[in-house]
Amino acid sequence: MWVYEKKLQYPVRVSKCDPMMAKYLIEQYGGADGELAAALRYLNQRYTLPEKVIGLVNDIGTEELSHLEMIATMVYKLTKDATAEQMKEAGLGAHYASHDKALYFNDASGNPFSATYFTAKGDPIADLYEDIAAEEKARATYQWLINMTDDTDLIDSLTFLREREIIHSQRFREAVEIIKDDQSTKKVF
Amino acid sequence: MTEKQPSKQNETTQAYYTLLEQIQALDFVLVELTLYLGTHPEDSQAIQQFNTTSLQSNQLKQQYQQLYGPLYQFGASPSGTPWNWKDAPWPWQV
Repeated sequence: MWVYEKKLQYPVRVSKCDPMMAKYLIEQYGGADGELAAALRYLNQRYTLPEKVIGLVNDIGTEELSHLEMIATMVYKLTKDATAEQMKEAGLGAHYASHDKALYFNDASGNPFSATYFTAKGDPIADLYEDIAAEEKARATYQWLINMTDDTDLIDSLTFLREREIIHSQRFREAVEIIKDDQSTKKVF
Repeated sequence: MTEKQPSKQNETTQAYYTLLEQIQALDFVLVELTLYLGTHPEDSQAIQQFNTTSLQSNQLKQQYQQLYGPLYQFGASPSGTPWNWKDAPWPWQV
């Protein structure tokens, strides 16, 4: 089970109402390389991974849930004061018609979230390589998002998230080496 | 849509943000060390840092919870009377 912590992992502040940036940020909420896909991918893989790396994958999956909450907070704060007209101008007219200001798990183009964004191969090397690729894709997305805003408060939080992708990728790379070592050791016996 | 303002006894003062950020900083060290130790379980220096930071974090959280209410639920934090877990602000409101 999980116990909720009534705090964000890292502060999220925005310096202006900016529904267009919210529209782009939703990519990391319900997009293919977003935080929901990441959390679900890792928390689902952990059941069948070798025991040596279960703890790591469990903990990274859990951290992803806190990143999902940070992205949601950004979107919420960037849109909460927007008028219907501003939502329309930002390209969120269709979203507003269906959801008002509620968050919805879709990507920046409006495609709803899909379980096809990640897989579970059951082969630890295949699964961990997918995890590394996912982290690198998310890191790139955070950079593209940072490039599209001049809101220094928002950039601070996005930079934190981009750095976390680098760390996760590094840890997954180490997990691959642990599995490889383990597999080659077993051949000796 | 208006942002829910924190209740009077829960005023989001500068002191609130300072204490919250101190806890976030310590807990970040703990997240980072948790992941690091997942692949470096023999690093006794890192474990020592983890245990020290865990104590520091727990001390600050006790202080925070006395002032601003529970950080955890399902019994991991004590409650005030009346039940104050449900009180704003929630993390996305501050």
